[in-house]
Amino acid sequence: MVEAGLLLAALVAVFTTLAIVYVLVVESLPFFRVVSLVDFLTDTMWIPLFAEPRYGIMPLVAGTLVTTLVALAVAIPAGTIIAIYLSEFAPYKLRETIKPALELLGAVPTVVYGYFALMIVTPFLQKLIPSLPGFNMLSAGLVIGIMIIPYVASVSEDAMRAVPNYMREGSYAMGATRFQTATRVVVPGALSGIAAAYILGISRAVGETMVVAIAAGLQPNLTWDPTQPAATITAFIVQVSLGDLPHDSIGYQSIFAAGLVLMLMTLVFNIAGFSLTRRFREAY
Amino acid sequence: MHATTTEASLQQIRADVSRRKVLDQIFVMVGLLVMFSALLVLVILFLDLVQTGAPKLNWDFLTSFPSRKAERAGILSAWVGTSLIMLTTAAVTMPIGVAAAIYLEEYAPKNWLTAIIEINVTNLAGVPSIIYGLLALGLFVYQFNLGQSIATAGLTLSLLILPIVIVATREALRAVPRAIREAAYALGATRWEVTAHHVLPYSTGGILTGMIIGLSRAIGETAPLITIGALSFIAFLPESPFKGEFPFFSFAWLGEAFTAMPIQMFNWVSRPDPAFQVNAAAAGAILLGMTLLMNGIAIYVRYRFRKRINW
Repeated sequence: MVEAGLLLAALVAVFTTLAIVYVLVVESLPFFRVVSLVDFLTDTMWIPLFAEPRYGIMPLVAGTLVTTLVALAVAIPAGTIIAIYLSEFAPYKLRETIKPALELLGAVPTVVYGYFALMIVTPFLQKLIPSLPGFNMLSAGLVIGIMIIPYVASVSEDAMRAVPNYMREGSYAMGATRFQTATRVVVPGALSGIAAAYILGISRAVGETMVVAIAAGLQPNLTWDPTQPAATITAFIVQVSLGDLPHDSIGYQSIFAAGLVLMLMTLVFNIAGFSLTRRFREAY
Repeated sequence: MHATTTEASLQQIRADVSRRKVLDQIFVMVGLLVMFSALLVLVILFLDLVQTGAPKLNWDFLTSFPSRKAERAGILSAWVGTSLIMLTTAAVTMPIGVAAAIYLEEYAPKNWLTAIIEINVTNLAGVPSIIYGLLALGLFVYQFNLGQSIATAGLTLSLLILPIVIVATREALRAVPRAIREAAYALGATRWEVTAHHVLPYSTGGILTGMIIGLSRAIGETAPLITIGALSFIAFLPESPFKGEFPFFSFAWLGEAFTAMPIQMFNWVSRPDPAFQVNAAAAGAILLGMTLLMNGIAIYVRYRFRKRINW
């Protein structure tokens, strides 16, 4: 009896996944009855709310990829360096104090990070690049990068710490220094875990919403130049949700189609990550 | 002759090692620099919010409704909304999250169903929060007809933090040594008695920590609330949950429209008028302060419970 109740609670996770897939597919079906899949994937304009609407998802996908790449350019080097430092160099006390402090970076509400990007980072960048517009993907991407540092750092660090000590000792015995041991023994040994950390960071960056909605502008814009304003998939969903669209309008259905693409993108990254993780897995 | 060659090559090796050791030192400096720059961002952000928002950080700000005039606008409906949503979220997440964790940790047989549940919990933690918003919009708002209400918001955020709470609770349960369970079984306790009388009480600290971390995540979530249709201009309060006469409480507020702290801040930050940026900063300072406080409490609770229990 008790067990059945507990099982039911655990099954909520399964129901949630099923419900997500169901809602995204069912609600975007009417959209794909109006818009052909070919147009959706190849058209270079996304203006679903205009009198003559066009539904090409490319500009939103491009915006999402550009902000994600900028974010990764910050988070991967910084996160990896922090992970190596904490796992291989930092004294115990420092590590135990710094880790929770770093986690706080990931706990800051995203809307606050949006404010940070728009009001602090962009004006600062404008001093370096005077032509930078007030809304741009660069500052949004940089801030998302800072936001995901703790995810990258803490998962990579766990992976590095899981590398057994005798491997380090073997390396030291051969006369290697700490840095050599870290980069040539520990990092290769922990590669599968580090790859998983990067994938987690990518998923976060792709799905990040408020920072881009606030700081990157809400205009769909097919460009690969990070100094330009552009909308991401998530920013578009927010923009439409802020208005008051009727349930059966194509604008309403278009956010579910956008959501479906977002979900598929995250899924692709996760599957890629999973197979990478398997390939690099070291057995001790 | 032979001795001097050894001497020479030994010196060469020493020189080589000390050269490579310089790299060690350089890396330590780079590591510290990167780490502290990242933390510095947090400090700068908080100081800027407090400094910019200082003119609005007063009692009036907390007790005023939003307004078209920046200097008169406040966050009364926002923090009341956030409190009620958090109450709903906590009330829904706590039983489901803990029950699910107990099932997975104490009851689940090793079979395909358990494997599927575990995969789902892991994957849900990586689903973007805005997808939860779309789920809630399609399911709660239109299928279940809960409307754009506090109940919908609470349920949505609850689904969002469920994986966090389940994972944290499982870790807490796992930290209770096997010997405790075996001792209880030896005295004839049933599985449920072992769980309810021993395992759960001993892991309260870890469970609380997970719950607070989950709620601190929920309190700042903006995107899913926008998706389900949070309003940013609400100049009334939901019906009070407390009543003067029997039965002394009411759940009418669950069905009412709402706004929340992050929604209010987003609304202000996206206005071109700089006067509203002061409001945004003040709201941001309070929101960030609450998040940091909750995380601080979580760290403290974990520390206290860890100290108290010696297996």
